[in-house]
This record gives sequence, structure tokens and C-alpha cells, in this order.
Amino acid sequence: MSNTVLYDHPGPRARIRNAVLTVVFGIALLALLWWVYRKFDEAGQWAGPLWKPFTESNTWMNFILPGLGQTLLAAATGMVLSLAFGIIFAVGRLSEHRWISVPAGVVVEFFRAVPLLLMIFFIFFGVPFLIQGPVPAFWAVVVGLTLYNGSVLAEAFRAGIRAVPRGQAEAAYAIGMRKSLVMQHILVPQAARSMLPVIVSQLVVLLKDTALGYIVAFPELLQRGVNDLSANFGNVVAAAMVVATIYVILNSLLTMLANWLDRRSQRRGKAPKEAGTPVSAVPPGGDGTAIAI
Amino acid sequence: MHVFGDSANLDATVAGFLWILKLTGASAVLALVLGVLLAAMRVSPIPVLRLFGAGWVNIFRNTPLTLIVFFCYFGLYTTLGLTFSDDLARNIYWLGVVGLSTYTAAFVCEAIRSGINTVPTGQAEAARAIGLTFAQTLRIVILPQAGRAVVAPLGSILIALCKNSTIVGTIGLMESASVMKDLINANGDAVVPIFLVFAGVFALLLVPTGYFFGWLANRLAVKR
Amino acid sequence: MRITRVAAIAAVAALSFTVAACGGDDGGTGTGGSKATGIVGKAESSKKLVIGVKSDQPGLGLQTGSAYEGFDVEIGKIIAKGLGVDAGGIEWKTTTTPNREPFIQQGTVDLVIATYTINDERKQKVSFGGPYYIAGQDLLVKTDNTSIVGPESLDGKKVCSVSGSTPAKRILAEHPKAKLQQFDAYAKCLPLLDGGQVDAVTTDDIILAGYAAQPQYAGKFKVVGKPFSSEPYGIGLKKDDKAGCAKVNEILTAAASDGSYKAAWDSTLGKSGTPAPTLDTSKLTNCPAV
Repeated sequence: MSNTVLYDHPGPRARIRNAVLTVVFGIALLALLWWVYRKFDEAGQWAGPLWKPFTESNTWMNFILPGLGQTLLAAATGMVLSLAFGIIFAVGRLSEHRWISVPAGVVVEFFRAVPLLLMIFFIFFGVPFLIQGPVPAFWAVVVGLTLYNGSVLAEAFRAGIRAVPRGQAEAAYAIGMRKSLVMQHILVPQAARSMLPVIVSQLVVLLKDTALGYIVAFPELLQRGVNDLSANFGNVVAAAMVVATIYVILNSLLTMLANWLDRRSQRRGKAPKEAGTPVSAVPPGGDGTAIAI
Repeated sequence: MHVFGDSANLDATVAGFLWILKLTGASAVLALVLGVLLAAMRVSPIPVLRLFGAGWVNIFRNTPLTLIVFFCYFGLYTTLGLTFSDDLARNIYWLGVVGLSTYTAAFVCEAIRSGINTVPTGQAEAARAIGLTFAQTLRIVILPQAGRAVVAPLGSILIALCKNSTIVGTIGLMESASVMKDLINANGDAVVPIFLVFAGVFALLLVPTGYFFGWLANRLAVKR
Repeated sequence: MRITRVAAIAAVAALSFTVAACGGDDGGTGTGGSKATGIVGKAESSKKLVIGVKSDQPGLGLQTGSAYEGFDVEIGKIIAKGLGVDAGGIEWKTTTTPNREPFIQQGTVDLVIATYTINDERKQKVSFGGPYYIAGQDLLVKTDNTSIVGPESLDGKKVCSVSGSTPAKRILAEHPKAKLQQFDAYAKCLPLLDGGQVDAVTTDDIILAGYAAQPQYAGKFKVVGKPFSSEPYGIGLKKDDKAGCAKVNEILTAAASDGSYKAAWDSTLGKSGTPAPTLDTSKLTNCPAV
């Protein structure tokens, strides 16, 4: 439903009312922003020395960009592994053999319920005692991200596979394909296409969550750009603002990609008719994991 | 299990989970109210409101929660002087609630907006035809129907909120993840039991919550 | 031969970055063949060492761009040199307060030189060479603050420290009336002290002095100057590496007499004019008996 359906075309009175509301709200918003700006100014947060480091190449070359590189590397590795994990466990959970579907279900439900912070702590500080060897911070972060996001993706894929019209699988069986072939060639590709926007939104989540890596001193954007940088220059708030801006830009680009993919799949009409948007792609009664958070 | 036999450790663990529950509870209410308001803004006839809603969603949904919570401490509290309580932990708790609800509201808003999209156009047209205003259309006709469609996604958001509340530990609240880290560091020989207890409590809280929302969504689904 | 050349190039590269590295003259002369284990064996056979240092403590262990600098880093170079590893063979690794023991136990790093207090609890997990410096827990307050003169005046006051650190634990245990704000890094405590949200920051005096001396805080803070604990800084290594521990102490003893210890101090913490402490070699007794 497009937004304009919700209200009538404004007449003269509505136009005046809207204009008044626009001005009032606009002024209130600007006043708030101005107040925040003044308060930060009073606290000396805009002082030159705090921001000067960001005009120097050393800051970018040795702190922010290497941190960004590690963030992207962890996110990319985590995404590939999460996709693999998601597909395997989605298919496993749909298996007709209970000895496969039940353990797969338990694993997925467990890792969806455990906070990522807990996972990373355990992998980094706990697992080394079990394997009698070190776990690099990178892998603690990537494995944590994989288990969590992989489980979320597994549920999304499962919903997607179930949303593929029944006729597709029936037709495939009718021409003599076996179960594994039907899954491989008919169901998973179609589910993956209709789930593409969800997959990309999950990538945004994954990228944001790499920021938790700083708690195990993984040298990603937050650790290098905020903690280490501010130890040098004492500008923790300024540094956090710059780093937050980088995250917002990066994730906005990914979100735009997700929206573009969404529109594209809708236009092509390949997705099942009832499954226009990611949320409604989850059949009623599905557990709604298609939403990325 | 000697770790949790020590009453100090047990108390810290219980206190940690109580913080998680309190954070989740307060933030869930605030985020829901804020999210519905933002969604209403995003579909409203007034451009400034639409812009504000879109800006909120795009900024807060794309920033790591760790940074949002950080700004609540170093922006709202340290710089703007917003103080909720003289008690250190209470103050951090409320700052955490502000951060969590700010972040979560962006997701609630988007879920409700897609819920609004599932309501057939005819419903809104009929509402307008009988002379309802925008606010009335939204409140009486659209949101109740959209609400039923978003029960499942809202459930997922609630679960994520509960897990995300561990991040408030990064500004110094001794919630469960911080307690677990301390216990692991102090008891290297009992790492697995410690993890299983903490992860187990979360699973015990959240897996049933997930199934409950699945069941509720099924019951409330609008049959069309 | 190729390895030697690569190591030499790396050493030159590292030298151009670091201020006070004292030569890589003995790179690549390893004889090999000996079957020594622990850090001594590793240094001999591979000519490489991984040393864990702090990345966020000015004057002690601070990551500036691509390099690390500070007193702990200089001590690390002295130890490495004594083990026959030149500056190019050292891989610096950031350690944080809670992950120092795990890093040693799991072999992520060979040595930890990161404001690492020797105590009995930690001795059960790792062994310590040193101490190479005796610090003490102290308080950092605003320059004009006269009400906080020691830990006894902390009742009802807000104190900031790093979660899981010895200073934080001591405040919790011995001064329960103080309100403790905990973060993951001291760098986050300083803006709070500056803004008046906390009344004091507490950790070892030497760390506090490093922060107080940073240009952006110059003149704003002072160290109270009444240390209320003794924090002997050790060099952490694997618990069973008795030979390595003895060797570290041997190197420290030599460094105390040949001036390299003083040089390490003067080029880092001593820059503000504080004279170098004397390294009391009679206290190097923490190694487990061989």
C-alpha cells in the first residue's frame, strides 16, 4: 500500500495545518540540535586539537583504515561462513529424518538465543582451555558471528524454502528428481533469490556486530579508531563520532543495496505473489525470523 | 559447579540477569511506543515528520549498538548533563535503556511500516470514504490490522533486544555477560560449566519466548 | 641466507620507526641445533619473539600508528636483544588486562610486558621474571582538588577504573563506600574526570602519570602521590619455562649495570624529567625454583 492512500489530497485548510505543523516541528528540531551543539561546545568537544588528528594522514593510514580493513575482512568471512551454515542447517531442519532435523533445530534455536557478547567471550577466553591452544581474536569474532547470524539465516532460508510454491517441488518429483536434487536445483535457488534482501540486511547486522570485537582487542574499526586513537590524542568523543559516521555510511550503502534488490525481485515478479516484502514472505505462523536485527 | 556454590558468585549472576530483565522490560515498552510514533511519522502527510522518521531509522539502524550506548554515556550524560540518578548503577541502567530503546525503536518502526504495507489498500480507501482523518484511519483501521501482521517480527525484535542488553555492560553495568567474563577469568578450570549456565539461562528465557510469539502470530493472523 | 637478509631488512625498517632501538647487530648468527625449549629455545631457533604489550597506555605501552612505544616496549627490546632476537624479529601484540594470562597460557604470546603486577594468584597460572619496576596504586584527580588526599577520602566519591583490573578489585574490596565506575579502557575515564562526572581515576601511579603528561590534559590533572599498594611489574611467561624465567632475570641484571635500563626510562617516562629508578636486582626472585 502506498502512503498516499492513507490520507486525502490536502485541501486549503489541511495545507495550512500541515504548513504550520511543519514549521513548528522543524523549529523545535532545529532548536534541539542547536542546544546539543551549544552544550558540546561548552564542554569543549569542538576544540581544534581534538579534531586535528583527523586531518592528518597518519590517523587514517595507521588507525582508521587498517581498522576498517579488519572490520570488512571479519564481516566478509563471517558472511560467507554464515551463508554456508544457514543453508546446511535450514536443509537439515527440513529433513524428514528426525535424527537430522531435531539436532539441527536444537543447534539453531540455541545459537539464536545466546547473546553474541557471551559467545565471543566464551570462544576467546574459554575455548582455549578446551583445545589447549590459542584462539585468535579474529576467529573468536568470526565464529561468534557465524554461529549467531548463521542460525538467523537458517531460519530465514527455512521460511523461504517453505514459501516456494508446492507445485515446484511436485513438478520436480514428477519428472523423477530425487529429494536431494529437488532441494539443490529447485528449492534452494528460488528461496535464495526471494531471500536476497533479507540476506543483505543480515549482512548489515553482521557488519555492525563486528564492533563487539573490540572487547577481545580485535583490531577492528572501533578498537583502532576509538580506543587506540583516543589513547594517543585524548579525543574519545570526537573519534567515536567519526567512526559512527563511517559505520552509518557503510551500512546505508548496504541497506540501499538490499532495497534495490528487493524492488528488482518484485518487479521481475519471480517471487511468489504473496511474498512481496521480506516480512510478509514469512508465512503466517512462521516465526518471523526474516527480520534482521 | 563449585563456582556457583560460592554465594558471592551466585549473587552476582542473579543480579546480572536481573539487570538484563529490567533493561529488556523498560526498553521494550519505550521502544514500542517510540517505534509506533516513528512509523506514524513515516507515513504521515507532513514532509518534515517523514524526514525525521526516515533519518532516525537510517542513522540508528546503521550504527553499532555499542557506539549508541557509548554516546548515551559520553554524549547525553557526560556532555549534555542528563542525569537520571545519583546511584551510579541506576544511572548507567537508565542511560542504557535510552540507548537500547533508541536503537530498537528504529527496528520496530520498520517492522510496523512493513505491517502497514500488508493491509489491503481498500481498507484505507474505505476509511477515508467514510470521512476519517489520517490519525483516525491509522489508529482505528490500519494499525490494529498491521499489528496482527507484525507480531512475529516484533517477537524477534524483543528477543534481539534482550540479547543486546548485554552490551550495556560496556559502559560499566555488571550485567550477565560482564559477570560471566569475570567468572571465566577467575575460574579457568570451569569455563564450560560457566558458559553453559549463562547461555542456558538465555536459552531458557528466549527459546520459549520465540515459540510463544510464533503461536501468537498464528492465532492473531488475519485470514484473507 | 635468504632468511637472514629478510630479517636484516626488517630490522632496518623497524629501526627507522622506533626511537631508541639499540641495534640489530647480532641478527642471523644463530647456531641452531640446540634443543632448548621455552623462550630461550624459540629465540635461538627462530630468531623471533611475540611480546604482548598494552596499546593504550601513554609512556608505557602505546600504539602510535604502526609502531608501539613506551617503557614496557623498551624493556621488551632489551629482553629480546639479550635472547639474541633483534628488533625486526619482535612481533608486538596488543594485550588487555583480562587476557594476559590466557595469552601466555595458550602461547599467543611468548612474553607479556604490560604493566603486569606480580601476585600469588597469577603465579599459579604463569611465572614472572622481574620485577623491573615497582609501581603503586594511586589516584588521579583534578589539579585544584584538595579534598581527595588518599584512598581514605574516597567514601561516597565516584572513582573510575578498568573492569577486572587489580586496582578496581582493591577499591571494591577495601573501600566499598567509594562508587566505582568501570570501563574497558582508562582512556574513557579521563574525559569523565575532566568533565567532573567522576572525582578520581585510580590505577598504578606510573600509568596515571603517563596520562597526566599527555599534551591534551597538560596541567589539568595531578597524581595524589600517596601510593597505597605495591605493584611489582613482572615479565610474564609460561609457568613451566623455568630456564626462560632465569634468563630474563639475568638479562635484567645486566641491563641494570650497563645503562640500557636507564636509557629505556630516559627515552620514555623519563622525558618529563623524572629521574630513572634503580632496578633492585636483589628482588629478582620470583622465578620458580629450577
